[in-house]
Amino acid sequence: MIPELGHYALVLALALAVVQAFVPLIGALYRDATLMRLATSTALAQFVFVAVSFGALTACYVTSDFSVANVFENSHSMMPLVYKFTSVWGNHEGSMLLWVLILSLFGAGVAAFGGNLPVRLKALVLAVQSWIATSFYLFILLTSNPFLRLPQAPFEGRDLNPILQDPGLAIHPPLLYLGYVGFSIAFSFAIAALIEGRIDAAWARWVRPWTLAAWMALTVGIAMGSYWAYYELGWGGYWFWDPVENASLMPWLAGTALLHSAVVMEKRNALKIWTLLLAILAFSLSLIGTFLVRSGVLTSVHTFANDPSRGVFILAILVFFIGGGLTLFAWRAPLLKQGGLFAPISREGALVFNNLFLTTACLTVFVGTLYPLALEALTGEKISVGAPFFNLTFAPLFVPLLVAMPFGPLLAWKRGDIYGAAQRLVAAFGVALVGLAATFVAHGAHGVLAPFGIGLAFFVMVGALVDLAERTGLFRLPLATVKARAAGLPRSAWGTAVAHFGVGVTVLGIVCVTSWASERIVSLKPSQHVSLAGYDVTFDGVGQRNGPNFREMVAHFTVRRGGVVIGAMDPAKRTFATRAMSTTEAALMTRGVSQLYLSLGDTNEDGSVAVRLYHKPLVLLIWLGAVVMMLGGALSLSDRRLRIGAPKPAAKSALQPAE
Amino acid sequence: MTRKQRRLVLIGGSVGVLAVALALVLFSLSDSIVFFNSPTDIAEKHPSPGTRMRIGGLVKPGSLERGSDLRIRFAVTDGNHDVTVRYQGIVPDLFREGQGVVAEGKLEPDGTIVADTVLAKHDERYMPREVVDALKKSGRWNEGEGHMPASTTQ
Repeated sequence: MIPELGHYALVLALALAVVQAFVPLIGALYRDATLMRLATSTALAQFVFVAVSFGALTACYVTSDFSVANVFENSHSMMPLVYKFTSVWGNHEGSMLLWVLILSLFGAGVAAFGGNLPVRLKALVLAVQSWIATSFYLFILLTSNPFLRLPQAPFEGRDLNPILQDPGLAIHPPLLYLGYVGFSIAFSFAIAALIEGRIDAAWARWVRPWTLAAWMALTVGIAMGSYWAYYELGWGGYWFWDPVENASLMPWLAGTALLHSAVVMEKRNALKIWTLLLAILAFSLSLIGTFLVRSGVLTSVHTFANDPSRGVFILAILVFFIGGGLTLFAWRAPLLKQGGLFAPISREGALVFNNLFLTTACLTVFVGTLYPLALEALTGEKISVGAPFFNLTFAPLFVPLLVAMPFGPLLAWKRGDIYGAAQRLVAAFGVALVGLAATFVAHGAHGVLAPFGIGLAFFVMVGALVDLAERTGLFRLPLATVKARAAGLPRSAWGTAVAHFGVGVTVLGIVCVTSWASERIVSLKPSQHVSLAGYDVTFDGVGQRNGPNFREMVAHFTVRRGGVVIGAMDPAKRTFATRAMSTTEAALMTRGVSQLYLSLGDTNEDGSVAVRLYHKPLVLLIWLGAVVMMLGGALSLSDRRLRIGAPKPAAKSALQPAE
Repeated sequence: MTRKQRRLVLIGGSVGVLAVALALVLFSLSDSIVFFNSPTDIAEKHPSPGTRMRIGGLVKPGSLERGSDLRIRFAVTDGNHDVTVRYQGIVPDLFREGQGVVAEGKLEPDGTIVADTVLAKHDERYMPREVVDALKKSGRWNEGEGHMPASTTQ
């Protein structure tokens, strides 16, 4: 009964989506406010029905209803309750249902909080949003129905892929989808603006909170996925340049560019056409990401099923929205009026620089990800493009971006003074040079990468602080004035500085891990020990443990530093009987922001066990930096909300905000 | 500067950056990509020793030998030809005889491959796609292979 209810609710959502895809358009055409306003109610109702549908599938999982094929394939009655919830999206069908749930959530968000939008724009946005929704409801109902019943209900399910039985599954996919799908709002706004043939600074202000929210979720979602891969796959790597990772990185790069170009559009009414294009591209790359992951073109942990009809269906959606969006862009964009003038050295110029490098970096990732697929399709030759390619292309493009980053916020709009900005950055240069020199002295001539990278990371971090100090007049003005200024500083300025600081933190983590991570791979017998980076790890022995749906071989290790016991590490190997599959559970010991990482290999007959021991200096900074970036986004978002809450912002749109 | 000059600066800058990016991409594509080979490809094409490559197939049953210091040696087969792979380190959880594997490393003059990376399947239900294709090419693939015996339902 419950699965049928969920199925039925999804069909109703589809019906509503079809209505919402056309009626507001007709309303917009004939300027009929009633028809246009209909979109608000249908968008809210759509969300309710999809939520019911998602709730129904969740109920099937929680009650272990194995008569539902999807539950049978991906669940087990002995699985801990939290994984019964998360396994709802730990499979192809369920993850697509999560996709449309978030899509309808964003649609409902625009309907509920878009009260200050012009009626026509709102109707168009919700209509476009509904086209996307319609195509994905159809995709689920026609090719990936999660509610299919089995003729005879089996007694036990086939269990969730053990790699996915991890708290990471609770956080990573929903955040990533919030990011991916959140860009659909920017896309819908862009298409609506193109249909209207009119776009102004207010448009950028309305799109900004949605883009910012999506970007924040995507930032943390990618970081979470990276941390998950780091501790679960047992290799100790945080980024593999795997096509599926690249699929999430590309929308992030385009989205980051979009955030920055939208600032120019909002403040200076320039870069309008480019911003529209980025809005279309960011969501297109999200769709390409979905296609790559969901179609079975790639083999990876993320690929749950290989059904060719699904791939073709998603490809059709992809072609329709990307092709349609870009065609509309090519046709309508020339009609839009050009915006303000600015000198190459100016805040706008810096943001254009940012956009240029971000999109170019995105392009190289795109080439590296899709070239092997294209080559195989054309010649049948199979190649793999791995880390060396991306290190050679992506890194050189990111370095100038990082060097320029502290300058941007210090330049004035319209016409900036780069020498003035450089003078104000003297402190940042100084710290960067000290860091560079100290690294060089401490570690000798082991290559220039590490000292240079450390210097760059310090430059970015201190540069962000300098920006704040300059704005508040710190060290120049009396403390009371500084406090008043700091309180008066727009939240978005704080947000910029915090987010940029976060980038520096991540860079610092990456440089340290890349330069100074050390590893030992050895075979140990009980009471033997291994030393690494000043730590001494002794193998005490192995024990067996029973989990709810697995058996676990746990190896006990004692960690000493300078002869003093500082803790224990218990890496394990789990064997899941249902899938005859085992996973390696690495043990992590956090020391400050550095980590000691221990994972198990094979055990031998003589009682020895193969272990991999890593020391990862400052590794946590990589992900903490992403969290700091998200906090910056949150600060900026809180600024927006205040402004949006101001009475009738639409009327002010012709004026430049005084900043 | 006039609007036209500014636009020229902008376009010139963009073209410059794109040209640099293109040069980087082409340089790395010629230098850092790795070709995938099946054991049959190696037997037929005789690549020159020292070439980096990926090789995929099944771990030949009975071929796995373990040495000291985590050294292992195994044969990768596509049913028609075998290639010996040597590796030192810890192999993935799902690395087993008779299962699909992809190894990346250098071809030695004696025809073996010294691998620095060994990848196995992520999930018991699926084979690495390269392996499936290699097996299909050698005619040793039947649909449904790689499925668990337990998955007889449906």
